[in-house]
Amino acid sequence: MYTYTDFDAAFVAERNRQFRAQVERRVDGSLTEDEFKPLRLMNGLYLQLHAYMLRVAVPYGTLSSRQMDQLAYLAEKWDKGYGHFTTRQNIQYNWPKLADVPDMLDALAEVQMHAIQTSGNTIRNVTADHFAGAAADEVADPRPVAELVRQWSTDHPEFQFMPRKFKVAVTGAENDRAVIRAHDIGLRILERDGVIGYEVLVGGGLGRTPMIGKVLHDFLPEEDLLPYLESIVSVWNEIGRRDNKYKARIKITVHEVGLEEIRRLVEERFELVKPSFAGVDQDHFARIKAQFEAPDFVQKSVGPFNEKYNDDPIFRAWADTNLTAHRAEGYSIVSISLKAHGATPGDATAEQMRVMADLARKYGHDELRVSHEQNIILPHVHRSDLPAVHAALKQHGLATANINLISDIIACPGMDYCALATARSIPIAQEIATRFDDLKLEHDIGELKIKISGCINACGHHHVGHIGILGLDRAGVENYQITLGGDHTQTAAIGERAGPGFSADAIVPAIERLVDAYLDHREDRSETFLQTYRRLGMAPFKAALYPEAKSVAAE
Amino acid sequence: MPKPFTPKVVTANHLLLGDVIYQTRDGWTRQLAEAEVLTDEAHADLRLIEAAQQTGEVVGAYLADVDTSNGTPAPAHFREDFRAKGPSNYAHGKQTELN
Repeated sequence: MYTYTDFDAAFVAERNRQFRAQVERRVDGSLTEDEFKPLRLMNGLYLQLHAYMLRVAVPYGTLSSRQMDQLAYLAEKWDKGYGHFTTRQNIQYNWPKLADVPDMLDALAEVQMHAIQTSGNTIRNVTADHFAGAAADEVADPRPVAELVRQWSTDHPEFQFMPRKFKVAVTGAENDRAVIRAHDIGLRILERDGVIGYEVLVGGGLGRTPMIGKVLHDFLPEEDLLPYLESIVSVWNEIGRRDNKYKARIKITVHEVGLEEIRRLVEERFELVKPSFAGVDQDHFARIKAQFEAPDFVQKSVGPFNEKYNDDPIFRAWADTNLTAHRAEGYSIVSISLKAHGATPGDATAEQMRVMADLARKYGHDELRVSHEQNIILPHVHRSDLPAVHAALKQHGLATANINLISDIIACPGMDYCALATARSIPIAQEIATRFDDLKLEHDIGELKIKISGCINACGHHHVGHIGILGLDRAGVENYQITLGGDHTQTAAIGERAGPGFSADAIVPAIERLVDAYLDHREDRSETFLQTYRRLGMAPFKAALYPEAKSVAAE
Repeated sequence: MPKPFTPKVVTANHLLLGDVIYQTRDGWTRQLAEAEVLTDEAHADLRLIEAAQQTGEVVGAYLADVDTSNGTPAPAHFREDFRAKGPSNYAHGKQTELN
């Protein structure tokens, strides 16, 4: 893992000192809210419906057990005993008091964490594949790249007041687990003839105008990465629209200006920018890479795993659902579900955080990850330790065997917390999960991604859910629109709207009808919901969603 | 005929705690039922200006519609209902703090 240099530590300490003074000046009346708001946003502090909300950066979702313990400490000392892990691999605290926030930031700095650039019109926390460094299908670990981009973008003087926010995601694998096609810039590490380079995608994004990222460069040399990124952001910073915030993101610029013209402008800018890099970034990159060496994987018998797997059906169901192939022999990647049926997706109590930290310390080479799907990952666990890991998780409500299943739902905070929301998301997720758990159907249904957003800004990624749900306010009543066929992976697609929305009471039965239609129409158990949708199109699902329309048509 | 004026209250978030507050005749309350109900548009606008000037105490003051059919102000929209109670996934916020 990356460890702060003295420079990094001094930078964060200075920012925290500045913010403490800014809070004091706000409280004593020297600063108005209009003056203070941009300052607090630069430090991740929002004002939501019921309270302030502090969004803490978890760079590329990577945490040590000590950091996770500290997140638990913050939840207990300054919040209501829990935190919310987000689709940006961050954690949000929903109940801090303004005067406590400087202390919270100091406590984070003790474990080399901060909340800088988790908001504002800046380059946000860089996200990455949550299986980075562990996945069997990986070309290279994306985290050193993400760390390099993070350092370059943090407090970058040219990029602090951009037309709008800017999000970068990195993957090192063909299988995209970082949703790189829905980011302003998506990077994929490639290898060609033994040489590493990057596929650079630009102009993806969700929100009110969803777009899939387009390939700006198909194989960027490794040493050109930062000057090329700087050129892209610089071109957009100059020509991106500042007249209309809904048209300010780079996806709109690419759409309006055209990919070819953007490429020409970026390459022209690159010629100016490139000489200023002079290789110092590559020296630094080498130092960063050295900090992401793989742990010392041990070799021992997997016998205890096999015995437990054969003897215990609950363990077997969990192992079949929540484990992923690891690149090291004898190891597995463990996904810890934060989606117990009926629980708030992505929430963990302080006690649960400590349990997960402890497991990482004992059995997981001290590493944890936050996934964009709002779960926690133990990336390196030897299979012989899995029975002990499972037993501990089970004791603390963390052993739900539902990864990638219908109850593994992404849900934004929605109107239960968020000031921008137009409807609630969390109760819909809770009800869907509870309903399908009661039906005991979810393992039979298989892979199905439901993603729920409580407003058009799409923090819940509904556009790329196999089933997407968007909560809206229709004449003062919560109303939920369904989209179908979205895909967040390397075969990314924006879901298609199925038709008129449903009331809060009608949305769960509607989802049930959709799933029944899938079960009726799939060729066999191996055909997923998305595959069936792609084979048959919207018609059978629409008929299931709107049976009354069908009966009217038949008359 | 002009459109009838929907009764309103001035609401905001408290600067230090961030929680939801409502304007009363002489200050602020955390209970919507105790808020000053404004039935005249010009008076409501004036009260909002007065609230917005208290920048050392409140953030983001605005006028919210209320339903007064039961004699005390109640939320007219579900967003205000959540603000008055707290989130629906946990018993947090006003639903516990005011009891």
